[in-house]
Amino acid sequence: MSNIAGSRSSLTWAVHLSVLALVLLWLFPTVGLFVSSFRTADQIATSGWWASLGSAKQNVVFRAADPDDNRVAEGDIFVVEGNLFEEAGRTGTIGVWGTSSRAIDAYVAGETAEMKGTEQITVAADGAYRWTGSGEEIAGRGQRVFATITSPPEFTLENYDSMLLDPSNSEGMAKAFFNTLTVTIPATIIPIVIAAFAAYALAWMQFPGRALLIALVVGLLVVPLQLALIPLLKLHLGIGIGKGYLGVWLAHTGFGLPLAIYLLRNYMVGLPKDIIENAKVDGASDFLIFTRIILPLSFPALASFAIFQFLWTWNDLLVAKVFLIDATGQTTVMTNRITELLGTRGGNWEILATAAFVSIAVPLVVFFALQRYLVRGLLAGSVK
Amino acid sequence: MNAALLGLITVVIGVGGCLGYFYFSNLFLDRVLFPPKGPNAGRNINRANQIRPWLFLAPAVFALGLYLGYPVLETLRLSLTDRSQDGAFVGLANYNQMLSEPKFWEAMGNNMLWLIVVPAGSTAFGLLAAQLTDRISWGSLAKSLIFMPMAISFVGASVIFKLIYDTRPEDKEQIGILNALWLKFDGGIGSALFLKALPGLILLSFAALTGYVAWLILRRTGASAWLWLGKAISGVFAAWMILMALRATFNIFTAQLPYGDPQTWLTLPFYNNFFLMVVLIWIQTGFAMVILSAALRGIPEETVEAAIVDGANPLQVFFRIKVPQIMSTIVVVWTTITLVVLKVFDIVFAMTNGQWQTQVLANYMFDKLFRANDWGVGSAAAIVIMLLVSPILVWNVYNARKEMR
Repeated sequence: MSNIAGSRSSLTWAVHLSVLALVLLWLFPTVGLFVSSFRTADQIATSGWWASLGSAKQNVVFRAADPDDNRVAEGDIFVVEGNLFEEAGRTGTIGVWGTSSRAIDAYVAGETAEMKGTEQITVAADGAYRWTGSGEEIAGRGQRVFATITSPPEFTLENYDSMLLDPSNSEGMAKAFFNTLTVTIPATIIPIVIAAFAAYALAWMQFPGRALLIALVVGLLVVPLQLALIPLLKLHLGIGIGKGYLGVWLAHTGFGLPLAIYLLRNYMVGLPKDIIENAKVDGASDFLIFTRIILPLSFPALASFAIFQFLWTWNDLLVAKVFLIDATGQTTVMTNRITELLGTRGGNWEILATAAFVSIAVPLVVFFALQRYLVRGLLAGSVK
Repeated sequence: MNAALLGLITVVIGVGGCLGYFYFSNLFLDRVLFPPKGPNAGRNINRANQIRPWLFLAPAVFALGLYLGYPVLETLRLSLTDRSQDGAFVGLANYNQMLSEPKFWEAMGNNMLWLIVVPAGSTAFGLLAAQLTDRISWGSLAKSLIFMPMAISFVGASVIFKLIYDTRPEDKEQIGILNALWLKFDGGIGSALFLKALPGLILLSFAALTGYVAWLILRRTGASAWLWLGKAISGVFAAWMILMALRATFNIFTAQLPYGDPQTWLTLPFYNNFFLMVVLIWIQTGFAMVILSAALRGIPEETVEAAIVDGANPLQVFFRIKVPQIMSTIVVVWTTITLVVLKVFDIVFAMTNGQWQTQVLANYMFDKLFRANDWGVGSAAAIVIMLLVSPILVWNVYNARKEMR
């Protein structure tokens, strides 16, 4: 379009920049959580996650090595040499430092601090130090060095370790992860089978009441599932299903059906009429036409719905809370686990961020891998 | 593991059972009930073909009836009974009780706010993103990144945004980005620009847009009573919205902001609603963008070219040529997001649980059902949600029937 109206390079730049800004704005929240899940509790509590991406400046107290064990005599003075970073087990560079907590920026790296008597200490940027003085001065405990260091970004997998792999962690997500998976897979597959047959009947078979049924499905698309909670819970308790996997599978099947039928029917109606009529002329039964022709041809629509239903059941909280999770808490799903953690561990972001990311990861993978089908399904079914 | 095995068995039984049901019921119909042979072969084939659709439909119709149809009626009935009196019929007592509760009116008020802000925000951002990304080479990548929050659960998104809204005491480093940004403002010129002028501008343009849409509606000619009714309602509604926007603008410019104090965003009455809405707008913008982007691509190129040849500037092309042509899609997106908003539960439940005046209907209902154990009032609240949804339901059914003819 821009080509017919001549060149508008400044406008194009503005478009590029505003899209970039929009994308960054939209990514920013997720990235924050993602980065936080790789930081220790300590790091999260002391600085914003955005600070962890660049090198972080922080004030650290080092102590030189124990003089009684490490001092070496050089003529009439004693010397202790070493590296502050190596001894403290960290990395970074020292910017400014000092020998007392009242003046932590008294010296620049490389300078020598003169203390009482003949005592001196020199600290270099890489942490190497040389502490010299008389026999009485280089004794007792190691000299303290207050330094402002710049350390490279530091990340850890510890949070994931404890939330996923540690069986002794009662707050772990491993069990909830498998529970969610257990809820999701049957709740995705079963409605597809039921809906596919119904959609075929509504698309390609002639019978009285067809239009009415289609209208009914369209109407049911928007019925809020809030209405179904109490009656169905009563029903489930009444017929002995109670709260459990069977109940939640059935509920998800029922709630997913309108969209499934609607999407699949719209797709099947658009399939070429000739193929189906030819098959009928050749003597194929409806069952055969459905399984051999319609079903394979409808794969994109089936995939669309499967992704929808998968995302919806995986991310669901309400249905699981009502139909699945009982007082024992053995069948908790990840979304519920996270809301519980939000209540009990509101400030422990290393736990929250990791738990949330464990639950977000699978849908994100599905999303990026199968986005094509998701978009197609959205375009076909945007009545819901 | 045990449950996973159970799940696997259920999949096999469920899928196998369904396929088996379809296969064998077909077989039964064709071989036993109405075999296409013998003296009545022709009649039998016809009969079999009359019954077959219902065989195909039976499981779906049964499930739809049991899991969606029956509950609507049953909820209506429950809303007229009292559980503590063994389900005795109490007429409208539950509704009366609900209407006398301030928490219900708080939920209604907040829901109305959600209904205006979230669809408007998502559609506006979605339209912006769709229009901008359609013109650039890396547009599809940008789109999929903006679309990504669709895959994130409401609960996950709540955790994400709780980190953004996090508050630390004044003497500690802020780890929530919003407070970190907030503390950068000190009441100087930057604050005036970003915290007064910018929101004021947004509100004023919202008022202007409302006025423009209202003018478009009022300008329509016709003599039918419905049109006049529609005009009157939309006129009053638009006037009210404009008044609200102007008042909010005035408030923004006169307000004394507490610069330098870290804020607990989720406990600020009234404004915390907007912090919750941001979460849903963030999620739904991708949806709006995808649908609107497809609609924008469907616009005939000639109309745009003709407008450019006639000297229209890009803004005119967008607002006068493109937007009118995709109006029906915008309406679809708007109503779809409206439906999501009416059912919003997880976000409020996870972030504030309705405290600090952030209650919404769906969470109010959940509160009544499972904390107060008051099924009567809970059902009444569910019926209120259903009533709010029903105009969209009727509109959708009407459109679907029109399309089928």
